[in-house]
Amino acid sequence: MSGFLTVIRPCPFTTVQDLGRFGYQELGMPVAGALDPVALRLANALVGNPQGMAGLEIALLGPALRVDAPAVRIAAVGPLALTLEREGDAPQPLAPHRSHTLRQGDVLRLGAVDGASVAYLAVAGGFALAPVMDSLSTYVRAGIGPLGGRPLAEGDRLPLAFEAAPDGPDVEVPQPPDYGAGPLRVVLGPQEDRFTEDAVETFLSATYRVGKQADRMGLRLEGPALAHLGSADIPSDGLVTGSLQVPGNGQPILLLNDHQTAGGYAKIATVISADLARAGRLRPGDGLSFQAVTVEEAEAIRRRQEQAIAGWIRAIRPVRPTGGIDLEALYAENLISGTVDIVNGGSDIPLL
Amino acid sequence: MEVRFTSCGDTAFNVEFGETIDRATNARVMALHARLKAAPPPGLVETVPTFRSLLVVYDPVATGRREMQAAVEAALAGSDAAPAEGRLWRLPVCYDPDLGHDLAELCDGIGLTAEQVAALHGSVEYFVYMLGFMPGFGYMGDLPAELERPRRTEPRVRVPAGSVAIAGRLTTVYPWESPGGWHLIGRCPVPLYDGGRPDPVLLAAGDRVRFEAVDRAAFDRIAEAASAGRFDPASLRAA
Repeated sequence: MSGFLTVIRPCPFTTVQDLGRFGYQELGMPVAGALDPVALRLANALVGNPQGMAGLEIALLGPALRVDAPAVRIAAVGPLALTLEREGDAPQPLAPHRSHTLRQGDVLRLGAVDGASVAYLAVAGGFALAPVMDSLSTYVRAGIGPLGGRPLAEGDRLPLAFEAAPDGPDVEVPQPPDYGAGPLRVVLGPQEDRFTEDAVETFLSATYRVGKQADRMGLRLEGPALAHLGSADIPSDGLVTGSLQVPGNGQPILLLNDHQTAGGYAKIATVISADLARAGRLRPGDGLSFQAVTVEEAEAIRRRQEQAIAGWIRAIRPVRPTGGIDLEALYAENLISGTVDIVNGGSDIPLL
Repeated sequence: MEVRFTSCGDTAFNVEFGETIDRATNARVMALHARLKAAPPPGLVETVPTFRSLLVVYDPVATGRREMQAAVEAALAGSDAAPAEGRLWRLPVCYDPDLGHDLAELCDGIGLTAEQVAALHGSVEYFVYMLGFMPGFGYMGDLPAELERPRRTEPRVRVPAGSVAIAGRLTTVYPWESPGGWHLIGRCPVPLYDGGRPDPVLLAAGDRVRFEAVDRAAFDRIAEAASAGRFDPASLRAA
């Protein structure tokens, strides 16, 4: 027999995403993928999956899913309200940042996402969907990806790779992931020499606000205009997630995962990879500022972030039973806190 | 020009071969693209060729800028042999004012008849400099100088899929319905992107394209066959 999660409520802002469709940008194919890769990786870790497996990316309001399988283990990461409706029981809120084992007939309602643009749901074993160009990321604009490259719709049956939940207890991360705070760090370029000195200084000192035109393709920022030396146009060249391109009106656009593969506006800077998850979580109205670092500093920050994520994943532990002292968990935690202290040495990313 | 490396954060850098859009500069881009594709250095994710630069995308956890740039410099110092010549496609186009919505306006602007525009557009073999803007969108050149026009001042909100369009010294076929600022002069009945094909994107950077005028009846026939899945795009390949 096979198992499904059946979508029983429309959810126009929920898509299947993995860590992106790389290798096809030379054909003009955007990378797509999770706006907050840290959250997707943690959600996968909580259900025992490889970190890069595809999960559901939920913006604004999530779907309601009925379990049409003997059992399934799920985990959500991000600021998301979850409710379980089980036959004969009153609706029960479920905590994110831990796994839950659901039974046949259960209905999981994924409510509002509040506090960031996106949250993620992973299922143990992943979805048995066919990759498109080696990826399960969804690029809605061109209908590329699983489910015909569209958001989830009422009536969809998401096939589960596992027909039952894995053995063993449900687990939790002791605290939600910490994304850090302060300015988004950028490496200047590739075309900072196409801007006036004043423009570069303004860019690195001003506060910008995310405008209403914000989606998976990019965020239009509002703030002091950045003056070009001459024209804003360049011969189109390659873009990356995090590119800050500045069209003729001087208002920067922070490109996110669904960005075009190439563009003809000068780019003043690029958000470093360790801060892309923070950028992907921004919502209209949020304020942000930028701080320049070198490529070498960006690489060091990213390595420390990877160590921090590895520490969070090592800290995953069985959920403590309510009431009474769980000696095993206590023991495990003491061991883990020792490890985390070592990992945290010199890190600018706060740990648990 | 000396090769120039410019940073795109800690996941990519550009290798720039010049500032202009020309075949000689682009040939150097494509040569490096081919060499890195044939022997990818450890940690390379992909390379993206554009008019005058190659975007080198790498995994900053598996490698670093210093190592990757050294590997690219070594590839640059290697053989500078031109990459293999790309495929030649013969793409049908119907230059009908009902399908090319800017044809009449363009004719007025440059003082040519629709027949002359079609003849000029079909008179040369184009080179696919790069893909971008959207999946399968090829930037092809060089357009005969008589047809050179800046982009429309008012971009269209909806350009129909298959539209054949020109701007500057470039021409393209829109693979999808989308917004666009190029001048629409006709339509190609063969989809440039088709998710049902094993290789959904028809054109690749480095390919060559000739446009061949077809009448409305032939356009409709090919479009119908293509939408029914009865059109083999391999039949457009020139021997």
